[in-house]
Amino acid sequence: MTIETTRRNLLKGVAATGTALFIGYNTNGILNHTIANAAENLDVTSFNPFVKIASDGTVTVIIKHFEMGQGTTTGLTTLVAEELDANWENIKIEFAPSDNEKYKNLAFGAQGTGGSTAIANSFIQYRTAGAAVRTLLIEAASKKWSISSKEISIENGLIKAGNKSAHFGEVIKEAAALPLPEKPNLKTPDQFKLIGKANMPRKDNVDKTDGTAMFAMDVKVPNMVYAVILRSPRFGGTLVSFQTDEAKRVKGFIDAKPMPSKDGIAVYASSTWAAISAKRVIEAKWDYSKAENRSTKQIADAHLEVLKKTPNFQTRKGGDFEKTKQAISTSAKKVEAEFTLPYLAHAPMEPLNCVIEPHSDGGITLHDGCQFPGIVHPTLAKIIGLKPEQVKIKTYYAGGSFGRRATAKSDYAVEAAFAFKLFGGKKAVKLVWTREDDLAGGYYRPMAAHRVEIGLSDKGEISAWNHHIVTQSIIKGTPFEGALVKDGVDHTSVEGVADAEYEIPGFSVGLTDWTSKIPVLWWRSVGHSHSAYVKEVSMDLAAKAAGKDPVQFRLNYLKSDNKDQKRLAGVIKLAAKKADWEKPLPKGWARGIAAHKSFSTYVAEVVEISSTDGNIKIERVVCAVDCGLAVNPDVIKAQMEGGIGFGLGAIMRNQITLAEGEVEQANFPDYEPLRINDIGKIEVHITPSVEAPTGVGEPGVPPAGPALANAIMALKGTPLLTLPLNENGVDFA
Amino acid sequence: MPVTLNINGEDKKVDVAEDTPLLWVIRDELNLTGTKFGCGVASCGACTVHINGKPVRSCQTNIQDVEKSKITTIEGLSGKTSKAVQDAWRELNVVQCGYCQSGQIMSAVGLLSKNPKPTDQEIDTAMQGNACRCATYQRIRAAIHLAATKLEA
Repeated sequence: MTIETTRRNLLKGVAATGTALFIGYNTNGILNHTIANAAENLDVTSFNPFVKIASDGTVTVIIKHFEMGQGTTTGLTTLVAEELDANWENIKIEFAPSDNEKYKNLAFGAQGTGGSTAIANSFIQYRTAGAAVRTLLIEAASKKWSISSKEISIENGLIKAGNKSAHFGEVIKEAAALPLPEKPNLKTPDQFKLIGKANMPRKDNVDKTDGTAMFAMDVKVPNMVYAVILRSPRFGGTLVSFQTDEAKRVKGFIDAKPMPSKDGIAVYASSTWAAISAKRVIEAKWDYSKAENRSTKQIADAHLEVLKKTPNFQTRKGGDFEKTKQAISTSAKKVEAEFTLPYLAHAPMEPLNCVIEPHSDGGITLHDGCQFPGIVHPTLAKIIGLKPEQVKIKTYYAGGSFGRRATAKSDYAVEAAFAFKLFGGKKAVKLVWTREDDLAGGYYRPMAAHRVEIGLSDKGEISAWNHHIVTQSIIKGTPFEGALVKDGVDHTSVEGVADAEYEIPGFSVGLTDWTSKIPVLWWRSVGHSHSAYVKEVSMDLAAKAAGKDPVQFRLNYLKSDNKDQKRLAGVIKLAAKKADWEKPLPKGWARGIAAHKSFSTYVAEVVEISSTDGNIKIERVVCAVDCGLAVNPDVIKAQMEGGIGFGLGAIMRNQITLAEGEVEQANFPDYEPLRINDIGKIEVHITPSVEAPTGVGEPGVPPAGPALANAIMALKGTPLLTLPLNENGVDFA
Repeated sequence: MPVTLNINGEDKKVDVAEDTPLLWVIRDELNLTGTKFGCGVASCGACTVHINGKPVRSCQTNIQDVEKSKITTIEGLSGKTSKAVQDAWRELNVVQCGYCQSGQIMSAVGLLSKNPKPTDQEIDTAMQGNACRCATYQRIRAAIHLAATKLEA
């Protein structure tokens, strides 16, 4: 290459700066493309892109889901890069703006992330976008070089034909003039280079290790005031009066105003610290006449009282309560257990926060690690009194969520909107929750009480299983009720048991709703977070009563030819094998197994423990997962590792308790997260599969707790029916 | 109250309430947002910075106490130990949500600076004050070992 051509290319590059090819779907879900000088010039009312190709050849993948650590930025990028044969290092990511049509989650029909659906719903959509770009670029090169497209290939981000080679940016003008293929050919699994590849570098692993990754907590815009909210110490309390004499002495304190909902006071200041300091010294009086004023013991006892009655709903297909009861009463042996599982907080590392920034044209931008733009967007428009098109949402990395950032009421965004309005609507407002706000702020995994009766034949076979669950519905009373509650049953209260794979002759699962003023919410793995514990600990109790090995005992109820049972049996066998289930352990050591299907993914986990002076240590966890085709094996492993840690930590020692309505846990010392020294090695084994990919964010959680409890029960012999374990007779090293 | 702090090699003058913890000076006044707020009571480690090379929780650090100290945040990390740690973190895809990872890295660099070849036990002891709700612990442990190997080479 001569100096002249280099210079010419350079000039061409400069001249073309900002020009990019945009490929995406229009509102009808049909592929579309356009060229524009910059993203700002793009007519986003009719078109939003999924892929951008800049004139320098850089590919940008637009991520319609939010990244809370689950790896979606890496996953969705892999899908595009695979079909496009792009160079991994040369792909950037960008979070999509809020748009309920173009960027909807195809599993929900609205834009949002949850239920371990990101890869599953995007698998064809993002690959199709990538494949369309690939076909288009080849056609464009064919035109530019006057060579048949059959002789042109794309490899690792370069378009090639014989000696000719070009990066993607060099053909975008030609590409823009060509029609986009409507149904581009997708690769077959044997052609995959990136999908299934081990150790793909995460797209977010540079900016998250040098301090440059932007979370909403890091947003600072001009003329911004900071707000924290002093909330009623009891759920359902209303504000009577407050005084700010002390707060006025805090440097930086600006003002305090009652929230229109009467359940809190917005405290404004010129810095986060000033807002926190001022809030601490504001004295408020609350009316608790309609509040939740009970203590946890009373609430738990009341759950157990309801458990004694006949369930309000029967939720398992084919389950017959009376017949099951009858079968159990005539069984040779009977196992009975009552379980109580506590309220749990999500406690993501980044406390909840967001910024509302006003614009000179009257519109606003919400800066947020926004999990559910599809709900937040219209809600904000309504509260602030704007047209939907006047509201923009800029999505940032979220410092964890575990479900907390997605609420039907858009709770913290709504608080920010009220705080913004109350302050006059002209200044940007940053709402920050402290950790104390987070733990006392509700939206917990609900308490759940289960009663299980299992009948065993004289051969030690389960003849009937009667199950009753009492818990507060997450869905009832929210806008999701119409779509998600069927015949009065909130399936999330019973999922995992009502549809358990075990084939048991009589299996009835009853439900009775509990109600209270305590706001409850999906918590990583939702209903499975309690149902898997009860189901899998009960299986071990039954196996013990039957005198059978827990692995073999489970497999006995997964013998049919249906895919569900086969896949669950598959992960049980794989986990048992990799965990050396048959091999004896030293004295004072034990293993426990649990298996559970959730979010269409099958997971079995074996926890190996040791006991020294009665203190339990988790030495090793072996996990087998079948999530269909593994798109990013390393992300799958990371999600299993994280899910296991999340599940174990909660079951070991987490609970939210109330004393006369007030939350007793103030901060992490009272709600101790799992720590590095709590857990030994985790090994994850992925079942090879060509089935459609399913989610991995949640399914690692459910089996972890019961596998640990089963290991401890194997060692100590006493059933573990009340959680957390450390408050109920188990000491950890 | 006016205070001068030496952060990442530069003297910075700020005027804040005297009880303002170092964390909030770093984040709100100096816009160095890589250091995170997680609990405010020194129990999660997300706010870890180095004071004269040692990992310290900035949310419980009084600014008057560090006026004469060298303060380093994640943005100011340099040198071969830091590079080895950051490279190891990337190679092993340690991060998930990433919010605690600045603090994890500051603690890990602090550990390797005084103990270049830590055992699992020593890693656990040094890192147990840094909580990670995504539970990336096993990769953190592996990355510290990897960084130690890189430093040996």
